[in-house]
Amino acid sequence: MKPARFRYHAPKTIEEAVDTLAEVAGEDGRVLAGGQSLVPIMAFRLARPAHLVDINGVEGLRRLSVEGERLCIGACVRHAAFHTPVVDGPLGRLLATVVRHIAHYPIRTRGTFCGSIAHADPSAEWCLVATALGAEMVARRAASTRTIPAQDFFRGIMTTALEEDELLIEVRLPILPADTRFGFYEFNRRAGDFALGMALVAFRLQGGVIREPRVALGGIESQPRRIAEAEQLLAGRAAERAAFEAAAAAVASVVDPLEDAVTSATYRRDLSVTVTRRALERAAA
Amino acid sequence: MSGEVSAGPAPQDRQRHEGGSSEGVSALRAVANKWIGRSVTRLEDPPLVRGRGRFAADISFVHQLHMRIVRAQHAHGKIASIDTSAARALPGVIAVWTAADIAEVPPIDFREGRIPAFEPYRQPVLATEQVRYVGEPLAAVFAEDPYLAEDAVDLVSFDIEEMPVLLAAEAEPGEFSPGRSTEVSVIRQGYGDVDAVLRSAPIVVDLEVSIGRHSGVPLEGRGAIARYDAARDILELHGAAKVPHRNRDLLARMLKLAPSSIHVHESHVGGGFGIRGELYPEDFLVCVAAMRFNRPVKWIEDRREHLIAANHSRQQLHHLRAAVDNEGRILAIDDRYFHDQGAYVRTHAARVVHMTAGILPGPYRVPAYRAVGHFRLTNKTPAATYRAPGRYETTFVRERLIDAIATRLGLEPNEVRRRNAIAAHEMPYHRPLEALGEEIEHDSGDYVGLLDKLLAALDWDKRKAELARRRAVGEAVGAGFAMFVEKSGLGPADGVRIEVDGSGMVELVTGGASLGQGFETVMAQVCAEVLGTDYRRVRVIHGQTDRIAYGIGAHASRATVMTASATHNGAVKLRAKAIEAAAALMQARPDALEIVDGKVLRKAEPAGPSISLGELAEHLAPTSKTLGGREPGLCAEGWFRVKHQVYPYGIHFAVVKVDRETGGVAVEDYVIAYDIGRAINPALVKGQIVGGFAQGLGGALLEEFTYNERGDPLATTFADYLMPTTREIPEVHVILREDFTSPLNPLGIKGAGESGITGVGAAIASAIDDAIGMPGAVTQLPVTPQRLKEILNRSVSSPPRSRAAS
Ligand SMILES: Cc1cc2nc3c(=O)[nH]c(=O)nc-3n(C[C@H](O)[C@H](O)[C@H](O)COP(=O)(O)OP(=O)(O)OC[C@H]3O[C@@H](n4cnc5c(N)ncnc54)[C@H](O)[C@@H]3O)c2cc1C
Repeated sequence: MKPARFRYHAPKTIEEAVDTLAEVAGEDGRVLAGGQSLVPIMAFRLARPAHLVDINGVEGLRRLSVEGERLCIGACVRHAAFHTPVVDGPLGRLLATVVRHIAHYPIRTRGTFCGSIAHADPSAEWCLVATALGAEMVARRAASTRTIPAQDFFRGIMTTALEEDELLIEVRLPILPADTRFGFYEFNRRAGDFALGMALVAFRLQGGVIREPRVALGGIESQPRRIAEAEQLLAGRAAERAAFEAAAAAVASVVDPLEDAVTSATYRRDLSVTVTRRALERAAA
Repeated sequence: MSGEVSAGPAPQDRQRHEGGSSEGVSALRAVANKWIGRSVTRLEDPPLVRGRGRFAADISFVHQLHMRIVRAQHAHGKIASIDTSAARALPGVIAVWTAADIAEVPPIDFREGRIPAFEPYRQPVLATEQVRYVGEPLAAVFAEDPYLAEDAVDLVSFDIEEMPVLLAAEAEPGEFSPGRSTEVSVIRQGYGDVDAVLRSAPIVVDLEVSIGRHSGVPLEGRGAIARYDAARDILELHGAAKVPHRNRDLLARMLKLAPSSIHVHESHVGGGFGIRGELYPEDFLVCVAAMRFNRPVKWIEDRREHLIAANHSRQQLHHLRAAVDNEGRILAIDDRYFHDQGAYVRTHAARVVHMTAGILPGPYRVPAYRAVGHFRLTNKTPAATYRAPGRYETTFVRERLIDAIATRLGLEPNEVRRRNAIAAHEMPYHRPLEALGEEIEHDSGDYVGLLDKLLAALDWDKRKAELARRRAVGEAVGAGFAMFVEKSGLGPADGVRIEVDGSGMVELVTGGASLGQGFETVMAQVCAEVLGTDYRRVRVIHGQTDRIAYGIGAHASRATVMTASATHNGAVKLRAKAIEAAAALMQARPDALEIVDGKVLRKAEPAGPSISLGELAEHLAPTSKTLGGREPGLCAEGWFRVKHQVYPYGIHFAVVKVDRETGGVAVEDYVIAYDIGRAINPALVKGQIVGGFAQGLGGALLEEFTYNERGDPLATTFADYLMPTTREIPEVHVILREDFTSPLNPLGIKGAGESGITGVGAAIASAIDDAIGMPGAVTQLPVTPQRLKEILNRSVSSPPRSRAAS
């Protein structure tokens, strides 16, 4: 449980950070953010980066602000920042609801929103949020910056569209309209564990009818995903149990659940029904 | 309701009297000497809460080397070759050993002595020709720092020819070595003509139930630091607690040294639970290396190692048949079980598998009994004792049987318990079975009486109705009970030496050991009360083999029963010596004197002249003119010997709520009723019980060492080996009774260390059955959401029945 030897870099600016990353990326240089995923795997020597580029001292990555219709979350913003709503309206409340399901408080004071996105655990809550809401990931390398929409960003278990020399400098979430309702439901074996299955749903209610439904599942498949079949079933229907059950059934019929030595695909498929329906019920409540 | 102590002279009352002034000086004085039964604060806490404790990793010696183990990555295979050259070439690496380098050290022997039949199955310190489980030590690296040691481990390469793995004890046994089966032995215990009773019984109940592989996972992993002091010709081993003297003797036997040339030292311990403190390969390696390199050698286990290398426990599958009469009385039990021992037989030998057979009948009369235990090896981490060994398992099995009988006959489970429980007037109750090498004799108790007290405290009829009401509106809530008999106070003997110094400070040296349970406080309370001083004036030395020649340590809920009894006996002698010496000095009759708060004074004249214990110690010094013809020193030895263990008893009660959709289980309420005979320190007893409960909950719902079909362990981190946290653990209510003091020791003590864990699997399983309306549904621990969901899916075809409300 002692990491292999590595060189430690502590840039002070974004430019320095991406320059350093450009230099060391070829030798398995990695970004160190909160370290709550990276350090444990280094201790197990499952990861042996030759260089660590520690971004914690980069002032320019701490920003958390609203720009136009977007909430911009810089790479050094910790999970714990979301405990109290960071913006008025449903988005702030949604983030404050979800954050309490991520690990335990001490971990939330170190781990970062962007680190979670870059790490891309299939059961990570922020990845589900990013997928459900259609986040944009801003990736910067020495010479250029690009914006990657959520649907193109996640590429399977712990795999993303980020290149080795790219720094995820911020994630942008759309500000949700004031009449947006959301519901989140997660099932895990213990409080604070990664989800065995979770659903995040959001919709607007207009005259008792569901508009712009978003139904996204996490922890069930190799990456979080919006389930179009369920959304189509909900759009234009009353926010009632029958609609929710139909949507949940639709989810179960299309998901391709992960399977491991301890948890079967059948169990995860069953769970997808429950978490979807319960998330919808919470949204309607 | 939590933590109450009722019956007997209630300790709270004693405490309450303390402040009272109206009762006069003599009553006050009597209270000043009262330490037994009070929840005084722990003596051991000041360094611990200030971060100044000394755990294994805190122990360092100048010039020390760090050891790191190369572990097998295959569950079963022939070692074709191990190449250590690259590791040895790394600067800072002193040596890399394989089995050939320590050929003179035999396989690890059994703690209690030689057992020729099991000898072929002992674990070598480093694997010789084969590896038999993932995690088995293959080689050891010694380096200047722990990082380097780990780097070097990466450079050791080995070539293993894989062999087929055996992963289930109930499967056909394989070959351990040519001509030698993986079935180490078949354990048999029993009495009566079981077959005849089964043939003629009106009802036969069949059961197949299993307990998952899990173990004690202390916060502090193992550690071993050895140092050879050539100046004194002493080998020191630090790190292991629990049974220091036994470990010293085993080390001496295996390393061919005189026991007196080995000093084993216990430090603070971050949890023991039976698994920590046994001798493992690493302990021998650091000792041999310290002598060979002439440098101290330190090894600290990491968590991943701990989960694959320290003893596992619990895994058993029972096929049980019980003959029952039409009233639900058990006529006979026939149990055939398979004990998954893992890859080798370790220091405990057959202890768990043997005790399982002896202890299964528990609190019930079982007129005829046969247990046949298949003690078998598999390609998994070796197993041994974990808190309540054999009892957690058998309580689950036996109480599942009680529920099954209840269902079969339409009775309440507690009615079945009443009809079968051994009655108070039958005590002492002898059963021709053995546990830990002793014939079982339940010393005292009233099992049904305790059940009645628990039901009254629960207001059970009201609660039962409330649960039924909640079920009627669709909630899956239910309750379950588990009754058990514990065994505690393993003998055969314990001794202490007590000595008062010139300041009046009392030093109590014992061969007992501390696993963090409050041992020092409890011994100090007993010593102080008997002697007549403040418990904070007693310094308790334990776990140091250089301070006292004999000791059996702390395990089997023995410490308070055995060591406190020896302390009592020693303090009685010391007190007599003090009084006698003081009588001469004070020109008083001994029976006119008493010792209060460290001073000898006249009973009739409490405010009059007195002589302190410190002064007395000086009078009794070898050079003292007032010594007279006495043996010098204000000191005494106390011994305590027993033939039988003590059998305390208890009942667990659980209320759970099941989420039918996810299979999740939440424990809403948990109550433990326990007759401890006499609680020296009720708060510490409660701590033991609640802590035990938390571990029991882990085994019931969460903790399991899982393996894939290749024998790779899957639960090797805390992300996969799930221990309950504060969020999963409900508040536990403890009903601590002092109804039946044990007749077997001077203070009437029964052990408490394991009572909180024993019944948890059983009570929770029963509560889950009740919650989902499927009697007998739970047959396997732990009850994971996926397993419970499978059970619930099965019920979709057959609608739920309700069991005769218990
Ligand atoms: C006990 C425990 C329980 C946990 N439970 C949960 C849980 O329930 N849900 C959950 O979502 N998470 C959980 N986590 C993980 C935690 O949320 C991590 O904080 C998060 O996954 C990673 O964020 P980090 O800032 O710690 O990243 P790090 O650990 O520093 O980095 C993780 C990976 O992302 C890369 N990276 C980080 N930041 C960037 C960046 N800006 N640009 C490019 N690459 C980057 C790193 O190079 C590394 O490969 C748990 C962690 C622990 C220790």
